[in-house]
Amino acid sequence: MIEERVAPEVIQRPLMKAGFERYAWFFMRLSGLLLLVLAVFHLLYMHFIIPGGIAGINYETVIARWTDPVWGLFWRTFDLLLLVFGLTHGGNGIRYLIDDYLHHEGQRVAAKMILVLIYLVLMVIGTAVIFSFSSYSDVG
Amino acid sequence: MRPALNSESYQADRDRWLRRLHRVTGVGVFIFLILHISHIWLLGFGPEPFNRLTLFYQHPIARLLQLFLFFSVLFHAVNGVRMAALDFWPGLLRYRRALTWIAAVIFLIVFIPSSLLVVMDAFGD
Repeated sequence: MIEERVAPEVIQRPLMKAGFERYAWFFMRLSGLLLLVLAVFHLLYMHFIIPGGIAGINYETVIARWTDPVWGLFWRTFDLLLLVFGLTHGGNGIRYLIDDYLHHEGQRVAAKMILVLIYLVLMVIGTAVIFSFSSYSDVG
Repeated sequence: MRPALNSESYQADRDRWLRRLHRVTGVGVFIFLILHISHIWLLGFGPEPFNRLTLFYQHPIARLLQLFLFFSVLFHAVNGVRMAALDFWPGLLRYRRALTWIAAVIFLIVFIPSSLLVVMDAFGD
């Protein structure tokens, strides 16, 4: 019952041409696996593990986490990886949707320009804020 | 054009509705990411703007969206591994149905307790 006959065309899938799209395809799988650890951990940790739960998240606790003398560097690196891989994985996913669902070249170009703009703005402001606070004394 | 490996028209994949849900949840998480990164960016403007937007997360509508977020992230993660496994090891297509069930069970094991905690948290305030 579990075993299903596999059609020959399933096994003989065409191999992708080497180039950007193949790297993008591979990147989605690699970054996806990385995000499985980073993003799911981040989601569960920030809601259920940190003291006070999600209600305990405020200006002071976020900055205290980044500027902690022992764990600060770890959390900054963690959040930067999350930002870079999450945003790139998501941005490339949206690019797939633009290619699949917008049927006019002009629409695709416009949508991709907006996407690149959103991607760059979020990457810049996200990176900037992670490294904005050099010590807890910067607060206030 | 993108190759057939990644395409929704890939006939051999009978789990097409899972691929569609994968895309829908992906878009949902991306939209949240825009809100989330913008929110964190407010930290640079002092405690007041950041904390004010943080209070919005306790609104009943935000709590409902939070459940959608948990569903979307967890579904996208588990289903993504399922699809990647099928891509890397085509031999697994033989056990596609079993793989879907395993993925569904793993998803529910994480999603049910988390969503219960989210709901309890919402009523605990």
